Amino acid sequence: MSELVTPARAASFEARLQKRYAAERRFKAMGLGVILFSLAVLLFLLGSMALNGIGGFKRVEMEVPIDFTQAGIAADPIMMTQPDAANSLQAQGLSEVVSFFASQSLGEEAAAEIGPDAWRDVAAAIIADPSILRETATFSLPASPDLASGYSGEGSSEMQALAARLDEEGKLTKTFDPGFLSRSDATNPQQVGIWGALKGSMLTMLVTLLLAFPIGVLAALYLEEHAPRNRWTDLIEVSINNLAAVPSIIFGLLGLAVFLSIFPSYRSAPLIGGMTLALMTMPVIVISGRNAIKAVPPSIRDGALAIGASKVQVVFHHVLPLALPGILTGTIIGMARALGETAPLLMIGMRAFVSTAPEGLTSPATVLPVQIFLWSDEIDRGFVERTSAAIIVLLLFLLVMNGLAIHLRNKFEKKW
Amino acid sequence: MSSTILLLLALGLGLAGWLAARARAWAFRRASPEGRIASLPAYHAWYVALWISLPVLVFVTLWSALSPGLIVQSVLADPSAAGLPAFGFQRDALLNEARNVATGAAPAVFNPKASALIQPFRDAIGFYGGIGIAATLAIAILSGGWAFLRLTPDFAARTKVERTVMAILLGASLVAILTTLGILASLVFETVRFFGIVSPLDFLLGTHWSPDPVADAATADSSRYGAVPLFWGTIFIGAIIAMVIAIPLGLMSAIYLTQYADPRLRKWLKPALEILAGVPTVVYGYFAALTVAPAIRDLALSAGISNPSSESALAAGLVMGVMIIPFVSSMADDSIAAVPQAMRDGSLAMGATTSETIRRVLVPAALPGIVAGIMLAISRAIGETMIVVMAASTAANLTVNPLKAMTTVTVQIVAMLTGEGSFDHPATLSAFALGFVLFMVTLGLNFVALRVVKRFREAYE
Repeated sequence: MSELVTPARAASFEARLQKRYAAERRFKAMGLGVILFSLAVLLFLLGSMALNGIGGFKRVEMEVPIDFTQAGIAADPIMMTQPDAANSLQAQGLSEVVSFFASQSLGEEAAAEIGPDAWRDVAAAIIADPSILRETATFSLPASPDLASGYSGEGSSEMQALAARLDEEGKLTKTFDPGFLSRSDATNPQQVGIWGALKGSMLTMLVTLLLAFPIGVLAALYLEEHAPRNRWTDLIEVSINNLAAVPSIIFGLLGLAVFLSIFPSYRSAPLIGGMTLALMTMPVIVISGRNAIKAVPPSIRDGALAIGASKVQVVFHHVLPLALPGILTGTIIGMARALGETAPLLMIGMRAFVSTAPEGLTSPATVLPVQIFLWSDEIDRGFVERTSAAIIVLLLFLLVMNGLAIHLRNKFEKKW
Repeated sequence: MSSTILLLLALGLGLAGWLAARARAWAFRRASPEGRIASLPAYHAWYVALWISLPVLVFVTLWSALSPGLIVQSVLADPSAAGLPAFGFQRDALLNEARNVATGAAPAVFNPKASALIQPFRDAIGFYGGIGIAATLAIAILSGGWAFLRLTPDFAARTKVERTVMAILLGASLVAILTTLGILASLVFETVRFFGIVSPLDFLLGTHWSPDPVADAATADSSRYGAVPLFWGTIFIGAIIAMVIAIPLGLMSAIYLTQYADPRLRKWLKPALEILAGVPTVVYGYFAALTVAPAIRDLALSAGISNPSSESALAAGLVMGVMIIPFVSSMADDSIAAVPQAMRDGSLAMGATTSETIRRVLVPAALPGIVAGIMLAISRAIGETMIVVMAASTAANLTVNPLKAMTTVTVQIVAMLTGEGSFDHPATLSAFALGFVLFMVTLGLNFVALRVVKRFREAYE
């Protein structure tokens, strides 16, 4: 007969055990705390960008009715289709007309604070529809940067008083500014837009994708499917692994020293930027591509070989299509990284002030992250909100790209 | 522009060759008594298309690099170019202006001297454009025709095409080696030029950094190029302050995620943490400069510290540390996961609590992998550019006070190369020397870390 023995526990043992359990709980809580802290930092970062950035999509505008029948401005329909139509309107005294009607409706003091480029908005409206020259039209024109900062309670006291007065009369409002998404860089925060930088980013990414994707996929196929095991293959593998870890600024130095000395006239062109970023993205695509190719089971290859396919046919008819979703996921992640990259593009001169959207791959351009960097250096307070708004646009693009990558992975991921 | 036309032409000709060759192969097939030929018709088609496209692509690449120079030469040979200055910026500006008008990129010239050049430019662009198209056609027809004539019913088109495909695959993987060589060559070349002006000892051991990009290059003062403050700033911000944040936080979050978190919770927490790594560095830089740096400065002021810098090393380092957390976390995650389950089970079976198992068994066993991960994290932190460019200073100070302004290697590379200095000036060249040091250090760290990881994996497999 055996008896159930309850182990005798000394009080000191119990105390020690309690202490150990308490340490266990503390350790676990610390782990959770650390993660919550990191997420809190992330939320704070995103939150502060969002709060600032919402203001960046708006601008301070004044309501100005313009009676064109008294203005004496003529719009020749042929002239209006020319690229310098806005300048011909300006030569007819459009900006004087604007400030005349502004002083009539708002007073001299306020009319002086109409933004220096406000006539461009009026000119754009006339070019779009010359028939408004026969009637009275009301425009929401951007205020000067000084008045805009007065509106947000900063700047000189006169401007604050003026802004308060106009605000009371309902003539000064801060409204959503759709032009932010369609204009390009400017010296005045009321007049800037991100379309130029966004288009520059897209052109640069196009070059990067066209170069890095084929080279990366072909290199991955070679290394995974055909490469003989020898010293050369090892050398290729070592350089790819090292390139993936080289700081991005080094690629900028390479672009500066090599690409810009071959094509000196393409300084700050998306072509050179795209080539530089392609070298940086290629190793990422090779590494993720190799993993995707490795995941294709050997039985597929054996089956194809057994019915008489050649090695190249096996790779291009069977392995590549099956590995493609995985390769695409890696490519999108690599492209997202390239889209957020700033330092190498600073090196090759994509930091120039470009006030028009780039026409093509060889015209001077800037990209979204560099635009953010340039605006963050501006002294004018109005740029703070604009910078945050540009950051929101950049983060949205990255979110979409990463979401797409995750979607692809979940949809096509196969467990063999 | 003309290269685009040539490329489209190459594609069109390749397609035409493809269709013609396939039709010919089908004709062979129908004519042959057994109804089959040595290779499938599609391979005949690809054979001809490759023979057309590859030579044309090589030609177009060379031509688009060469033809701008040829155009400028023929414009300069024109009598109307006689009045141009012989060399230098002015001449290039005039040529650019005339070229822009001739290609339609600009509406009119500002400088009257350039207007005489417009017509020669138009002529030269038209002339060389014509030559380019004619040469493309000639190459395509000659090599495509040769390939087409080789097609017979017994022609082994598949073997030939597959050999070319293999060569293309090999070529693609050689790009990686070429890039590495290109980086090394460009850095070494410019660094050697820099060391021709400034002695390497002054550069590596000097403690005074204040290059003067506008000073005369010939009389460069070697004592102004002491990079020790930059190296110290880089190490202090990237390897000390950032790691003080990233190592404990990254390690603890990896431990929590792998050992404690419920799988459902982990599925959400891990991607959320990885968002931190996906935020572009320019956003972190903006956050550091706009929010963190002023906050630290105010905090220091209220603590009674006189004169804290608004571009303190602490702000840049802290934000960089937060950025690195997911990186350390995922490296630690991998190494902890590689520790055999038996070791963990053994420890738990002996009565150790989970936290004791983690601290006494798992972390020591995973230590080589964790250390390697930290080395990779350091190499990433010291190569990080935008955070320090935006939040740290350009003033080189040799100090251990984290509230003081400090500068880093990457900040100086950006500062030296985005200024107005000429390419021969030691200030500009110093950026390449700094880049070379950075490249070698990160290369060394990565190399050692990857070896450690590899050996560590093998030890447990």
